[in-house]
Amino acid sequence: MAILTRDDPAPAPAPAPSGAAAVRLEHLVKRFSGEVGRRVARSTGASPDADTVTAVDGIDLEIRDGEFFSMLGPSGSGKTTTLRLIAGFELPTEGRVYLHGEDVTQRAPFERDVNTVFQDYALFPHMTVGENVAYGLTIRKVPRPERERRVGDALAMVRLNGYERRKPSQLSGGQRQRVALARALVNRPRVLLLDEPLGALDLKLREEMQLELKAIQRDVRITFIYVTHDQEEALTMSDRLAVFNRGRVEQVGSPAEMYERPATAFVAGFVGTSNLLRGDAAMALVGDAGLYTVRPEKIRMAEPNAAVADDEVGADGTIRNVVYLGPDTRYIVVLDAGTELVVTEQNLATSSMEALAAEGRRVRLIWKRHHNFRIGDQEGSRGGGA
Amino acid sequence: MTVAPAERPAAASVSRRVAIWLDRRPRVRLALLLAAPVGWLVVMYLGALGVLFLNSVWLRDEFTGLVSRTLSLDNFIEIATTPIYRTVLLRTVGMAAAVTLTCAVLAFPIAYFMARVASPRVRGLLVVAVLMPLWASYLVKAYSWRLILSEDGLLNWLLAPIGLRGPGQTEIGLWLVFTYLWLPYMILPLFAGLERIPSSVLEASSDLGARGGTTFRRVVFPLVIPALAAGSIFTFSLTLGDYVAPSLITTTQFIGNLIYLNFGAPNLPLAAALSVVPLLVMLGYLALARRLGAFEAL
Ligand SMILES: Nc1ncnc2c1ncn2[C@@H]1O[C@H](COP(=O)(O)OP(=O)(O)OP(=O)(O)O)[C@@H](O)[C@H]1O
Ligand SMILES: [Mg+2]
Repeated sequence: MAILTRDDPAPAPAPAPSGAAAVRLEHLVKRFSGEVGRRVARSTGASPDADTVTAVDGIDLEIRDGEFFSMLGPSGSGKTTTLRLIAGFELPTEGRVYLHGEDVTQRAPFERDVNTVFQDYALFPHMTVGENVAYGLTIRKVPRPERERRVGDALAMVRLNGYERRKPSQLSGGQRQRVALARALVNRPRVLLLDEPLGALDLKLREEMQLELKAIQRDVRITFIYVTHDQEEALTMSDRLAVFNRGRVEQVGSPAEMYERPATAFVAGFVGTSNLLRGDAAMALVGDAGLYTVRPEKIRMAEPNAAVADDEVGADGTIRNVVYLGPDTRYIVVLDAGTELVVTEQNLATSSMEALAAEGRRVRLIWKRHHNFRIGDQEGSRGGGA
Repeated sequence: MTVAPAERPAAASVSRRVAIWLDRRPRVRLALLLAAPVGWLVVMYLGALGVLFLNSVWLRDEFTGLVSRTLSLDNFIEIATTPIYRTVLLRTVGMAAAVTLTCAVLAFPIAYFMARVASPRVRGLLVVAVLMPLWASYLVKAYSWRLILSEDGLLNWLLAPIGLRGPGQTEIGLWLVFTYLWLPYMILPLFAGLERIPSSVLEASSDLGARGGTTFRRVVFPLVIPALAAGSIFTFSLTLGDYVAPSLITTTQFIGNLIYLNFGAPNLPLAAALSVVPLLVMLGYLALARRLGAFEAL
């Protein structure tokens, strides 16, 4: 499917010499002030007389050339604002933005070699699909034959050939999303920014598009910066990701690092289910009063008197709640040591009736000692960072 | 809702049964809803137009001065072949076109500022400011302009120190007055049209490499053509049909004045025919706007 870059006279975005980051953000701060800021601050109940909102609060990030990088975080954590700062739609209050080593902080969007796929697609409603995709090339005065070929290639890549003459209003949501993608990719930017591009699609289509996006990215080798608040999406698609919280980056790393060694309690909770042991409970079970986390699938649920090996931890408790999920069942267990843990078990031989009947039963939870992981000392924001 | 409370069973069940009956019959519902307004429209509006049209194809008897109900196109032929009528007609259409163009040029930056630059607070104030002149009586405004433009009026008094004179009570003066009168009717639809453009669409254009001017030409302007057409229909038709401002400001004649002169005694059928002409011009204008795709995006 390497339609876009192969057999093309123009140089493809060659992977830059190693070392030069595709995007570097240096202590980026964005505050919104004035009338809008005041209204937002009031509606979020920040403080009644505050007239600034700090959307991005000192972000340092390095995104490597050619990688699929995700920005993950809850609503309002500053992901979109960071993306808009990279694209140039907003100017930072403080800090600098570098693209491939070049300081672009003060440049307008049309002077930056990045393209954006907007959350609402932002297709031009008065143009056909073909004209939409050709827009960037027309502006750059690419000669007509080459333009037509590249538009055709880009539409083929998103599997929309034959739709050139349709208007955006005659397309489905998923098709519009793909037009938006083609419109950005056809310019061969060195960095592509995507703001929750799959947010409006249904689950099945979203999963399909995830695979497709990933395949396209591997193909064109353009740096993708992908904003999402869906942790599963971020984990499955990215080479690396950053977890955002209240305008700051909590942790940067590969999906596996993030999942297995969360740096803060926030990351542990946001990436996967947070099973936290703290204070007395941690003291009783692990033998140390720090903050620990155990992933639900690492925990085995056994009879109350089951034997516990030397390298294992055993914790007695009562099943409070059972959630049947089809392939798995999730049990919420209240430990005698005074905390709650979530356990997931595959429904290998269990039926929903049996699973649900387990409510109120006494159990012993057992996990390998090396599976409980100690989280950095702080609980709130920013532990180890990048 | 099978176990309804037992209170007021009779009343409740009647209204409920009516509601259920209506719920199954969307056409009846629609008919009930639209009966009054459609009736009004047909009788008062289309009826009046029909009478007007009928009158325009009747004739006035030269000797008795009475209207004879014989069908003929003589009135229209008279309008088309009498030089003075032709001149007046062209003058009126030209004036309407000039006023429309000026209004569009003046309204665009104002509407753009209101819709895309001003803060919500300033925007609210500006909308009120644009609407305010519409609250004043049209006659008062026309009279004020007559005074402003008159020989020893405000405008000449203001321009005298720098050695200039105002246009006076001429067609140029009238053009100014019309532009002033109808400007809000152009600003408001343009404002609404510009406000409807999502900012992400403009950002996308910039993101794809277009500077401000290019974005304006390729994205903003095409997207507000329907609004521009809507506004121009107002300014064009209002100018076409007006006779008060022309008679107050100038001594030149426009269609409105001719209709007025022919109304009472002189020649009712001819007046009717003269009224039908601007209607036809407007229909042509609407067809043209439609051809340009002005209504597609509505
Ligand atoms: N133009 C603006 N004016 C004022 N405040 C803003 C503006 N844009 C964003 N904010 C505020 O900045 C904060 C971060 O917003 P941002 O859009 O970056 O969040 P996000 O992480 O993208 O959230 P979501 O997942 O809901 O899209 C929010 O509190 C938001 O209200
Ligand atoms: Mg967002």
